[in-house]
Amino acid sequence: MEGRILEKQAVIEMRAVTKRFVDVIANDKVDLKLYPKEVVGLLGENGAGKTTLMNVLFGYYNLDGGKLLINGEEVTFSSPKDAINHGIAMIHQHFTLVQSQSVLENVMIGMEGSFFLDKKKATEKLLKIEQEFGLNLDPKAIVWTLSIGEQQKLEILKALYRGAKILIMDEPTAVLAPTETIELFETLHTLVDSGHSIIFISHHLQEVMEICDRVVVLRTGKRVAERKVSDTTIPELASLMVGRELLERLEKGEAKVGIPVLEAKNLKGRNSRGIIAVDNLSFILREGEILGVAGVSGNGQTELSEILFGQVKPEEGEILVSGKSVPGGSPSAIIKTGMARIPEDRIATGLFMDLSVKENMILESHVNEPISKNGLINMQEIRSFSQNCIDNFSVKTDGMDVPVKTLSGGNLQKVILARELSGNPKVVVACQPTRGLDVGAMEFVHQAMLNQKTAGSGVLLISDDLDEIFLLSDRIIVMYEGKIMGEMSSKEADRDKIGLWMSGVAS
Amino acid sequence: MISMSIVKRKALPSWVMLVVPLAAVFVTLLITSIPILIAGGNVFKAYSSLFYGALGSKFNLMETFVKASPLVLTGLAVAFAFRARFWNIGAEGQLFAGAIAATWVGVYFTWLPAFLVLPVMILMGFLAGGLWATIPAFLKTKLKVDDVVTTLLLNYVMLHIMGALLFGPLQMPGSAWPRSASIMDAAFYPVLIARSRFHLGIIISFAAILVIWFINSKTVFGYQSRGVGINLEAAKFGGINTGMVILKTAIISGGLAGLAGVGEIAAIHHHLMMDISPGYGYTGIVIAMLGNLHPVGVALAAFFFSIISVGAQTMSRVAGIPIYITGIIEGVSLMTMLIFLLLTEYKIRWTKS
Repeated sequence: MEGRILEKQAVIEMRAVTKRFVDVIANDKVDLKLYPKEVVGLLGENGAGKTTLMNVLFGYYNLDGGKLLINGEEVTFSSPKDAINHGIAMIHQHFTLVQSQSVLENVMIGMEGSFFLDKKKATEKLLKIEQEFGLNLDPKAIVWTLSIGEQQKLEILKALYRGAKILIMDEPTAVLAPTETIELFETLHTLVDSGHSIIFISHHLQEVMEICDRVVVLRTGKRVAERKVSDTTIPELASLMVGRELLERLEKGEAKVGIPVLEAKNLKGRNSRGIIAVDNLSFILREGEILGVAGVSGNGQTELSEILFGQVKPEEGEILVSGKSVPGGSPSAIIKTGMARIPEDRIATGLFMDLSVKENMILESHVNEPISKNGLINMQEIRSFSQNCIDNFSVKTDGMDVPVKTLSGGNLQKVILARELSGNPKVVVACQPTRGLDVGAMEFVHQAMLNQKTAGSGVLLISDDLDEIFLLSDRIIVMYEGKIMGEMSSKEADRDKIGLWMSGVAS
Repeated sequence: MISMSIVKRKALPSWVMLVVPLAAVFVTLLITSIPILIAGGNVFKAYSSLFYGALGSKFNLMETFVKASPLVLTGLAVAFAFRARFWNIGAEGQLFAGAIAATWVGVYFTWLPAFLVLPVMILMGFLAGGLWATIPAFLKTKLKVDDVVTTLLLNYVMLHIMGALLFGPLQMPGSAWPRSASIMDAAFYPVLIARSRFHLGIIISFAAILVIWFINSKTVFGYQSRGVGINLEAAKFGGINTGMVILKTAIISGGLAGLAGVGEIAAIHHHLMMDISPGYGYTGIVIAMLGNLHPVGVALAAFFFSIISVGAQTMSRVAGIPIYITGIIEGVSLMTMLIFLLLTEYKIRWTKS
C-alpha cells in the first residue's frame, strides 16, 4: 500500500504553506499531500487553521509563503475561479444554495454557457451524474423543500457538474443526522472509487477513523502529525489534536433525584412552515437529574426548545416550572422562573455579536436590580457581575469591553453558560449545547451540565449527538416526528433500541 | 499584475476615532478644491473666506449656531432611530408635523397664560412628530411593512396635509397665499444673546444631545434599543418587548424632528408656509451617518454642515464661487467619512502576483 502510494503523483501538494493574518500565523509551514482516490482527514480543534488552509487551497486567500502544486505543477490561485478551473470544489458547512430555485437551476448557476438556457441538455447531464453516483434528487424540486442531507447532496452534485475531481468538505457531518451521515459516507466511497479525491475536515474522531485513509493533524497553525488511519487510534488522535492526553475525564458527582422542576404537558406546536413539529408531547424533569432528549435532528427538537424558551407559543398544552404554570410564548415569563436557557444557535439567538462581553452578560438580568434600578443601568454592578462570570467560567477574552464577536466559538458558549448558570437555576434547558465546539470546549460544557445536576438542578439536554446523550444523561427520551417514541434509564440503555426509536420503529 | 484585497484590521486605539473625522474633513476639502479650481477660484482664498464667513465674527458664529440647531435635531432623530434599526427616512414629514402643531398653538392658543405658551408649543410639536412616526412603527412591528418605504412616503402625505391646512383652516385670513397667520409674541423663542439670532431653540438642541447620550448609555431603554437594532431575535429571546422598544424609539425620533419644526416656527419664520424646511429632514440622514450615529458625532457633523452652509455665502461673495459648492462639499464629506469609517475596520492590501 505504502509503496503504491509513493509511486503516484499527488493531485495536490501544499509545501510549507504559510498564511498570516494581522497578528496571528494561521498556517505555519504546513505540508499536505493528497493522492488520487484518497480521503485525507484534516483534523484539529477550532482555530487550528483547518479552514484557513482550505481557503488558501480554494483561492480565497493568497499565500504568504510556500508553494501549491496541482498534479506536480506549481500554480497560483487568485480567486476560487482558478481553483474550480483546476477541478477543485469546496463544500462549505453552510450551503451556498439559492433556496427559492430548483435543484437544476442551482446546479446550472454560473454554468449557463450562453444567453439561452438549455435546460434539457443540462437535465440530461445532471441525471447522468445522479445515476452514476447514486445521488438521486428531482431536478425540479425547489431547494427549501429539501432536507439538510439532500441539500448537501445538491452541493456535491454542483461540484461534480462542474467536473470537480477534488472535493474539500468542511465539517460536512456537523449538520447531518446519523442516517444522513451514513448515506454521505456511501456517496464518498462511490466518489473515491470513480477516481475522486477528498479532503475531509472534521473534529469528529469517530468519523475520521471511519471514512479517511490518512489523517493530518493541525494544532495552532502547525502540522503536528500525520497518521495512516490503520496505524492509529482515537485516543492518539485526540491527544495529538489537543496537545494533551484527553478523552473527556468528567467528574460525575452523585445527586439525589427530587421533586419535578419542569413539566411539559401535551405540548403541541408547528414549525415555521406550518407543519406540526411538536405533537402532544409530555415529560417530567426532576431536580438532580439530566434528562436527555435524543433524536435525529429535525424531529421537533428545535421547536420544542423554542416553546420551552418562550420564543414560540404552543398551540396546546402547558409548561410548569417548579409546579407553577407559565404562560406560553413569553420569553420574559420564562426568564422570571429562573430557567437557564442555552439556545441551539448561540450567534443568531443567544448573543448580540456587536455588543461588548459585559452587555451580553446582562441580556436577561438587565431589567432586574441591582443591574438596573428605576430604568437606569448601574454600570458598576454590570462590571462586577461580568467579571465574576468571566472568572467563574474562565472565559478567554480581552476584557469585558471588547465586542463579543472577537471571542472564539467555545468562549461564546462560555459567555452564554456564565450568563445562564450564574443565578443558580433550578431548571436548565440546553439545546445542542456543544454543536460546533472543539473537544476542550465540549468537555467544559459537559462538566458544567454535570455540575448543575450535582448542585440539584434538573437539566434537560436536547442533543442529536448520541454519544453526548449517553455520556451525560440519567434518563433518555427519544423524539421522532414530534412525539416521544420511548424512554429508558441510562442504566438499561440500549443503543440498538434507541437507534430503532430514532428511526421511528416502536419496539 | 497587482491585485487589491480588503482585509480586516486589528482594533485601532480609541484616539484614532477622534482623528478620523478631522482627517475626513481635510480630505473632503482637498477633493472639493478641484471644482473650485474649475470654477476659476483661488482655493486658499475660497476656504479662508468660507471659514471666516462662518466663524470669523461673533455675528457669523451665532448664525452658524442658528443654522446648526435644526440640523442637530433632525440628525439626532435619524441617528436615534437608526441605532435601533428603525429606518426613519421620515424626519422631514415629522418636522412638518411639529411645525403644524407649533403654528396651531402659536396662533390659536391665545387663551393660555403667556408663560405656558412655549412649554405647550414645544410639547405639542414633540408629540405631533412622535405620533406621526408611530404609524410606520406600527406597520413595521405588526404587519412587517418595510419602514424605509413607509417613512419616506409619509413625508409626502404630511407635506400635502400641510398644504391642505394652509389653504384651509390654518390659512391667514385675507391671504391668497398658502401661509398661516403669524404666531403671537409669547410663542417666539426668546433671543438669548443681544444683537444676534441666538435663540432658545439652540439651547434645546444642545440639551437634546445630552438627553440622547444619556438615554443611549445610561438607561435600560437605551440598552434594549441598541439590542433590538443589533439582533432582533436575541432581543426577543432575552425577554425584551421588541415592538414596544421600536414604538418608543419612533416616538422619540419623530419627536426630535418635530422639535426642529417647532424651532423653525418659533425662532425663524414665525408663521407656517410650504417651504418651511429646505430639506432638514433629509440632511439629518446624512448628518446621522456622518456622525456615526453617535450624539456627539451628530452634533459635530451638524456644526460642520452649518459652517459650510453659512460660510458659503461669504465665499461666493469674496471668491466668486457659486454657492452650489455647498452641496458638493456635503456630498463629498459623507462619502469620505464613510470610506474613512470603513478603513478603521478594514485595510486595503495590494499584492503583486
